[in-house]
Amino acid sequence: MAEAVKHEQTLPSHPEKATLEGKNKFLGFWFFLGGETVLFASLFGTYLGLRNGVADGPTSQDLFHLDLVFIMTMILLTSSLTSVFAMINMKKGNFKGLIIWMWATVFLGACFLGFEIYEFIVYVDYGLGFTTSAFASSFYTLVGTHGGHVLFGILWISTLLIRYRKAGITLTNAPKFYVASLYWHFIDVVWVFIFTVVYLMGV
Amino acid sequence: MSNAQAQKSVLWDWLTTVDHKKIGIMYLVAGGFFFALGGLEAILMRIQLMFPNFDFVTAQTFNELLTMHGTTMIFLAAMPLLFGFMNYIVPLQIGARDVAFPFLNSLGFWLFLFGGVLLNLSWFLGGAPDAGWTAYVPLSSEYSGTGIDYYVLGLQISGLGTLIAGINFLVTIINMRAPGMSMMRMPLFTWSSFVASALILFAFPALTVGLLLLMLERLFGATYFAVDVGGNVVIWQHLFWIFGHPEVYILILPAFGIFSEVLSTFSKKRLFGYSAMVFATLIIGFLGFMVWAHHMFTVGIGPVANAIFAVATMAIAVPTGIKIFNWLFTMWGGRIQFTTANLFAIAFIPSFVMGGVTGIMLATSAANYQFHDTYFVVAHFHYVIIGGVVFGLFSGAFYWWPRMFGYKLNETLGKWFFWLFLFGFHLTFFVQHFIGLMGMPRRVASYLPGQGIDELNFVSTMGAFLMSVAFILLVVNVIVSVKNKSEADPWDGRTLEWAIPTPTPEYNFAQTPLVRELDALWYEKTHGNGKIKAAEPLDDIHMPNGSILPIFMSLGLFLASFGLIYQVHPVTIIGLAITLGAMFIRSIKEDHGYHIHKEDIKKEEGVG
Repeated sequence: MAEAVKHEQTLPSHPEKATLEGKNKFLGFWFFLGGETVLFASLFGTYLGLRNGVADGPTSQDLFHLDLVFIMTMILLTSSLTSVFAMINMKKGNFKGLIIWMWATVFLGACFLGFEIYEFIVYVDYGLGFTTSAFASSFYTLVGTHGGHVLFGILWISTLLIRYRKAGITLTNAPKFYVASLYWHFIDVVWVFIFTVVYLMGV
Repeated sequence: MSNAQAQKSVLWDWLTTVDHKKIGIMYLVAGGFFFALGGLEAILMRIQLMFPNFDFVTAQTFNELLTMHGTTMIFLAAMPLLFGFMNYIVPLQIGARDVAFPFLNSLGFWLFLFGGVLLNLSWFLGGAPDAGWTAYVPLSSEYSGTGIDYYVLGLQISGLGTLIAGINFLVTIINMRAPGMSMMRMPLFTWSSFVASALILFAFPALTVGLLLLMLERLFGATYFAVDVGGNVVIWQHLFWIFGHPEVYILILPAFGIFSEVLSTFSKKRLFGYSAMVFATLIIGFLGFMVWAHHMFTVGIGPVANAIFAVATMAIAVPTGIKIFNWLFTMWGGRIQFTTANLFAIAFIPSFVMGGVTGIMLATSAANYQFHDTYFVVAHFHYVIIGGVVFGLFSGAFYWWPRMFGYKLNETLGKWFFWLFLFGFHLTFFVQHFIGLMGMPRRVASYLPGQGIDELNFVSTMGAFLMSVAFILLVVNVIVSVKNKSEADPWDGRTLEWAIPTPTPEYNFAQTPLVRELDALWYEKTHGNGKIKAAEPLDDIHMPNGSILPIFMSLGLFLASFGLIYQVHPVTIIGLAITLGAMFIRSIKEDHGYHIHKEDIKKEEGVG
């Protein structure tokens, strides 16, 4: 796999796994997500252990409103769907479709992040600072770590999209887009758990 | 283009290398340095405890020494030294030209090194961490100085490097095996490295979270561990030991792998019960995650939980016992050569079994209330870590030295080293069982006379001196043996790493080997012409380019840590910007490596 070969006509059906480098990236990234799972599991465990430790601060029942969180959930789930469309287009060799759907994913991710920042500002106004109580610290750490992952994903995918805006699908960039979309799905799955464990169990 | 590679300066070459062999050697050098440092810290502690009421170091210094000794030995000595062997040897054993991610391999090393340096700088910048290597809260969160900030950030950075290395080995072993090298033909060292890497992957993120929480608590006022506002201190213990227990298996499993290679080679026999060894390794790895609360028996998690974790802990004795017997049966009837490497492997068996037996005693949760936090525990874990891991490192060093450095360590000096170290080790730690049973707690800076432990402590310190003398002999050996040039296969080896010329060519295998049986080289020696068959015609070999970026990524985090510790956030931002900028450059710059031409390979192979 030497030169940046561009052969849109003859791309294999799985361009992300066509080279050894691509295969390594694919597998390595799955392992990385395994580690990330433990990372979030630890944060969930911490949150579950501390969610009743509200001291004199507000409780989750005082704060959480499911309507806002429901909108955020829908936005993030949709962004996962758009990244699936992008991958389908990549496998079909349709570069334009890949780029457009990936930008849609980034856009939805940014919307989600905006809502999350808004949510945090509302909570802080309501008296739930980062240091208010053990519940507050563990809540902001868990949800904030997820938000940090969303931010990193947005920056990462945007970098790829700008870098390869005219490159076409190659055996070099296909694995990059593919693992970025894997990452995005992972963030989405973590959010589903946050929605359940933090918000549904907290209202 | 390979000429351009040759013209680089030596220093630049090592700083930018992505060659798994050079990275392995750098791990060994850095790990060896930290090993000496951790040993020095141990000696200072033993001098302080040589006499009752002794006043050699202050109690505060003693606390710093015991914390840094444990942290250094685990994170900065034992693991990097094992990584050194894994890096150099595993790709050779599976017939690969490199690891799956050469760039990440280099990044993992530099992260480890910068993290280790950061942690040790605390000695000069306001005092080292002083809350024990376990850094229990609230001692570490509310009652300790900046040393703990160095602990948190230093371990975070080096832990990131470890995690990257773990993923790299997993993918390397799954994807990069030569044709015919099925999983069940892999040498045991590769297998145990594989399982240890899986443990790293699933254990280290728990430490990452624990350290993150402690950092946020100390530097940003978070309240996870502050009981007055709803916090809970036991959460730290859970997170720490969910990482910490698998960590001891991360250390011991590769050592088990080394013993399997060494005992089989020097008994001139195939490893007894190969598949049982593989499955025992897997089971130990799995059970390693199920027993963390046995470190917390006296915390008050309740009799049911204590009983479950006690039984799970004792269950680990079964696969470990399988391994012990398989090693004994490997030697049984073999033509045993008592080389230094093999002496360490043989001495490991009784030493480690003693540590295992005290482990079962400690696992008995009711009795644990008596043993907890005494020198009995100290004796136990030094028996498994020195008798297991350190013996494994020494055994592996003598065994693989000719492969890695092209010369053999002197056997006479090596045997002096072995006997002094073995004797010193048992002298130091055997008596500590009794010191502990008599009630001396661990981590105390001094003790009163007339409790029947004065002489035992003195004896223990003498043993520590013997181990130091032995270690100096090892260093002397490394220096004086340089002239003993070694042939490519000095031990009549069985596995692929002995099938290539020495010094090991940059591309490892001129032609990817074809593996026909377990112990691939031995099979060719007994069934073929003694040479490994090639799986491909001789052709140009693709190599990755070196890169300076890993150093910048690590340096950025190093700088950012100072910004965080001293709350100078412009520095934090600059540091993170350097790291992210280097990652950005790495992401947008396509680097397709270069080729070594087959004419050059022919020339080199002809000479070698």
